[in-house]
Amino acid sequence: MSLHLRIEKREQGTALFRSMAIITSILVALFVAGFLLLFAGVDPAAAYIEILHEALGSVYGLSETLVKTTPLIITGLAVSVAFRMQIWNIGAEGQLYMGACGATWVALFSGLDSSWMLPAMFVAAVIAGGLWASVAGLLRARWQVNEVIVTLLMNYIAILLADYLIFGPWKNPDGFNFPLTAQFGEAARFSEYFGTRLHSGFFLALFCALAIYLLMERTIWGFQVKAIGSNPAAARYAGMNTGLAIFLVLTLSGAIAGIAGFSEVAGLQHRLQHGLSPGYGYTAIIIAWLARRSALGVVIVSFLLGVLLVGGDSLQLSWQLPVAFAYAFQGLILFFLLASDFFINFRLRRVKEETHA
Amino acid sequence: MLEILLDATVRAGTPILFATLGAIINERAGIINLGIEGLMLIGALSGFAATLASGSLLLGVIAAFCASFAAGSIHALICVQLRGNQIVSGLALTMFGVGVTALFGRGVVGQTIDGFERHAVPLFSQLPLVGKAFFNQDWLIYLSFFLVLLIWFFFYHSRWGLELRTIGENPAAADACGIPVNLYRFLAVAVGSGVVGIGGAYLSLAYTPMWIENMSAGRGWIAVALVIFASWSSVRALFGAYLFGGITAMQLRFQAMGTTVSAHILQMLPYVFTIVVLVISTRRLQKGASQQPGNLGLPYDREDRK
Repeated sequence: MSLHLRIEKREQGTALFRSMAIITSILVALFVAGFLLLFAGVDPAAAYIEILHEALGSVYGLSETLVKTTPLIITGLAVSVAFRMQIWNIGAEGQLYMGACGATWVALFSGLDSSWMLPAMFVAAVIAGGLWASVAGLLRARWQVNEVIVTLLMNYIAILLADYLIFGPWKNPDGFNFPLTAQFGEAARFSEYFGTRLHSGFFLALFCALAIYLLMERTIWGFQVKAIGSNPAAARYAGMNTGLAIFLVLTLSGAIAGIAGFSEVAGLQHRLQHGLSPGYGYTAIIIAWLARRSALGVVIVSFLLGVLLVGGDSLQLSWQLPVAFAYAFQGLILFFLLASDFFINFRLRRVKEETHA
Repeated sequence: MLEILLDATVRAGTPILFATLGAIINERAGIINLGIEGLMLIGALSGFAATLASGSLLLGVIAAFCASFAAGSIHALICVQLRGNQIVSGLALTMFGVGVTALFGRGVVGQTIDGFERHAVPLFSQLPLVGKAFFNQDWLIYLSFFLVLLIWFFFYHSRWGLELRTIGENPAAADACGIPVNLYRFLAVAVGSGVVGIGGAYLSLAYTPMWIENMSAGRGWIAVALVIFASWSSVRALFGAYLFGGITAMQLRFQAMGTTVSAHILQMLPYVFTIVVLVISTRRLQKGASQQPGNLGLPYDREDRK
């Protein structure tokens, strides 16, 4: 008689079980990232304390965390909308840049009077981001072209396009040849609060979360999206136009990501410049994956990762760590989360194997 | 002029060729690997660091292979043993690669090494037009030619290759034949990742012999798209990679000639072109002219009844 391990499927875990898995994954990722930091000559305990202290330890730190949380919520929502339909929008980064370009164009060249300025910038950002993503939507809906690769490659194109505008036609004529556009006028800027950099974009992000929640949970279209996501064949037999839905959901996803670009230029940068986003659109994929089906989940996870980004920025200053280190950490979280999924969906059981006499 | 352009084409196409070959080995076993971009960076940094420390280019290439093999094993463990989502795991691998190489690359930024040198192949390098471009190159480029043939031979003329293709097509059938599905899949992902790493090492040991943060600049993603263009064949991958090498070479040539078109616009060309090629090859795929492995992207669970 010998003992063997057997892998068995088990029923879906409870919400509590899942949340525990997410928290455990983050903790284990922190632990492993600690070793990476140790190898790179940084004391991980001191680094982690600094992250918490910088991001949450003061009113200013907290406001900076919310400033970073803002684009994360919006792009996270963008990715998660497409995700409901099992469509992967890896291009939120590029759509954010396009949204920023659209908003900047209105802010600098439209000559609108003050009350219409911000709404017009919003509309331009939505259109620019939506159109950019609709290319991938059209290709996927019409010819089943892999949307992961198309949306991703279009990030590189969008960032180069923004660079072209900043270095070329939109460069500030009075800017001593720096690659920046001119500063926006007062009418094209969000209000700021509490004497910090916290701007109206944060409330816009929360509003977007509510709107997406209502769209997905309270409308027929939201129901269709979810139905197609869980079983495309069944949805087709039920008479739903899956191709059109794919096109629309990717366009919507890009439009939302465009809002993040609008919020960044109107609330924070007040101009278009190189390196507008340190990869919010990529972090958004993790947020959407962690939050799964919930708009509230997107807000919570965005805040957690916002803490990490603000802390990471301070590590960059005090320990000369590269900004991109945050990616290594995010990659680790995903690895451990995928591994934990296995233990949620399967159980290992020892079984006795009878040997035939 | 044409000779110079062809030479630049081969040199610019080689890192993409290695990456595409590695991705093909992954996908033939039925596992999608979106971590190619990260693996290239891991290969580039570890190859450069090992050469810098030891002075040996050979050790650099071996280190690049081993480091990417190890990183690819994470993807293999998650996708094969733990049946995790292949797309998320691949994206995580790319993020991990970008971050880890940025962290550990700090120490070697700005250092230089003596990269791979050209060695002319007697007789062949005298051929008109193509001689210089293909046979007056460095050892890594000759290795890439050899790999193209080796992979073609492996998949179409060896028992192991046939078994691996069977796993990609129908793992349940392969399992029933007694082929160890998970072992084969794990090895295919790890070895394929190692080959991708050599592509990264080509960047840091031959193309521009130094380490620059994020130096792969999207080549890994172009390789992912090229796998579809190449219909999972190593020989077609060679043509695909040189097509892109050609576009890069021409774009650099335009810039050198001082054209009035913005450099930013020219740099978009390879990405735009990749999307166009992807659309064309996907359409061909649907007409049944291609050989996508039947079970690409699906985890295999022996106890799932289909």
